[in-house]
Amino acid sequence: MPMNLRAAAIGVLLAAFATTALAENAPDPWPGLVTDLFQGREIAKADGTISLEAPTRAEDAAIVPMTLRFSDPAKVKVATLVIDQNPMPMAASFTLGDKAGVDFIETRVRVNSYTNVHAVAETRDGALVAEAKFVKASGGCSAPAGKDPDEARANMGKMKYREFRSAVAGRREAQIMIRHPNNSGLQMDQITRTYTPAHYIDSVEVWQGDALIFRMEGGISLSEDPNFRFTYAPNGARTIRVIAHDNKGGAFKSEWPIADAS
Amino acid sequence: MLRILTAILTVAAALLFPSVAGAAGAFFALAEIAPGVFAHQGETALMTRDNLGGIANLGAIVGEDAIAVIDTGGSLIQGRAFLAALREKSQKPIRYVINTHAHPDHVFGNAAFAGPGVTFVGHKNLPRALAARGEHYVAAFRATMGDALDGVTIVPPTLTVAESLALDLGGREIELVAWRTAHSEADLTVLDRKTGTLFAGDLLFLQHVPVVDGSLLGFLDVADRLAAIKAERVVPGHGPMVAPWPKALDDERAYLSHLTADLRAAIRKGESVREAAGTAGNEEKSKWRLFEDYNARNATAGFAELEWESP
Repeated sequence: MPMNLRAAAIGVLLAAFATTALAENAPDPWPGLVTDLFQGREIAKADGTISLEAPTRAEDAAIVPMTLRFSDPAKVKVATLVIDQNPMPMAASFTLGDKAGVDFIETRVRVNSYTNVHAVAETRDGALVAEAKFVKASGGCSAPAGKDPDEARANMGKMKYREFRSAVAGRREAQIMIRHPNNSGLQMDQITRTYTPAHYIDSVEVWQGDALIFRMEGGISLSEDPNFRFTYAPNGARTIRVIAHDNKGGAFKSEWPIADAS
Repeated sequence: MLRILTAILTVAAALLFPSVAGAAGAFFALAEIAPGVFAHQGETALMTRDNLGGIANLGAIVGEDAIAVIDTGGSLIQGRAFLAALREKSQKPIRYVINTHAHPDHVFGNAAFAGPGVTFVGHKNLPRALAARGEHYVAAFRATMGDALDGVTIVPPTLTVAESLALDLGGREIELVAWRTAHSEADLTVLDRKTGTLFAGDLLFLQHVPVVDGSLLGFLDVADRLAAIKAERVVPGHGPMVAPWPKALDDERAYLSHLTADLRAAIRKGESVREAAGTAGNEEKSKWRLFEDYNARNATAGFAELEWESP
């Protein structure tokens, strides 16, 4: 093919693709999400109150680690993780205990397509502040949740607790893991044309003694086997207690002794 | 104006993208690697429009009465090219189409072989895996493969294997074995007893870095068990079309072992999944192709699996 003709053809095509791309990307879901999730309230730009660590490219779109950090834990009442382009964008909303002293929470989510991810903090004086990151991924939500569905079903509700040496003096670091397939309800059976019903963890409470560390409300954007790693300020309690619920009425409870609790 | 633009676009598209159907007469090499046993070597690459999804190794075993096809390629176009190449070797009826697992590069060509008298065969979990993933795969690969994906339909098996199954092709028995979750949740191997040729599907990767889409520990365990199979040669799912058995397993076992050991060490140290995914398995990097495309993904999924090990 003559080069100039080819170049012209490419030009025309690029123009056509650009138009399509614009049209596809035009509806930014964020303004609508601000209305739906935050009642249209004003949201201030990131000032360090909350910061978001997210990979620029998701390695496994079904297991994308996200970390919320708080520069002054006492200031934050609720921290919400929003994956703008996901079918159910509100991935997790963490209500932090008054004196819990949580300075980070790391969890894992599914990311369905290229998307902005927002971390929004509601401060105890009622203001909203957010930080956003762009993540490249595809197929986390409509892609199959489980690599081994039989095992996922067999182990549902099992929990695991780990403690780590905290990098911050006076704080403890721990991890809560819950076996659950967290089915998204978005996987269509090609043969029967029906969807596998959604079945997912929708709330998790973590307590030290009688004091709340955090309460999470979440949805299908959380990965299979929901996983939370966080710090907290110890209050002398001897146990960590977890109560989790799923959307079909399943309730899962566990309690573990805190090592060297005083 | 719109019509003119449409016309220009049509011409432009034709100039830029010569019809994939034209490319389909696409040369498809099928070699006889043992008497009556044929194999095709896929490219070691990701599925693209250019390679028509032709990245997996495929095969066929010809008995006195009938033929069994093993995997069908990454597009209907490739499946048809495979069928045409096979017909140059034998006119016997194709009685079985065996899918070694649910991944697109192995099943997207199925429809080329569908017809009266043809039974599709797979692992007992294959229907479920195709039901859960098939539609997603077709949609996801449209972006990278464009019209090379035209005509791809998901054809599930009607004959499934729970443990093992022998099929008679006429004077020639082949043995199918269904494995626990390893590379995927529906891995099946095919052994031609007559020539000692094993089709391992993606339970064996050579050169192409192994991909873990099932269970890292399961993959390691199955790789160990495979070694006990008595065979002369193996056709891996990816890499050279034939290799000596069981030596061909060495590199893969080394990779999976290194990755597992690195992940366990990272978990013990209290590293996060992101930290671990950036380093685990990296000493294997120089030995594999497509390492950047899959290693961190393997490590991420492997971390989430191994984290549940005690304590």
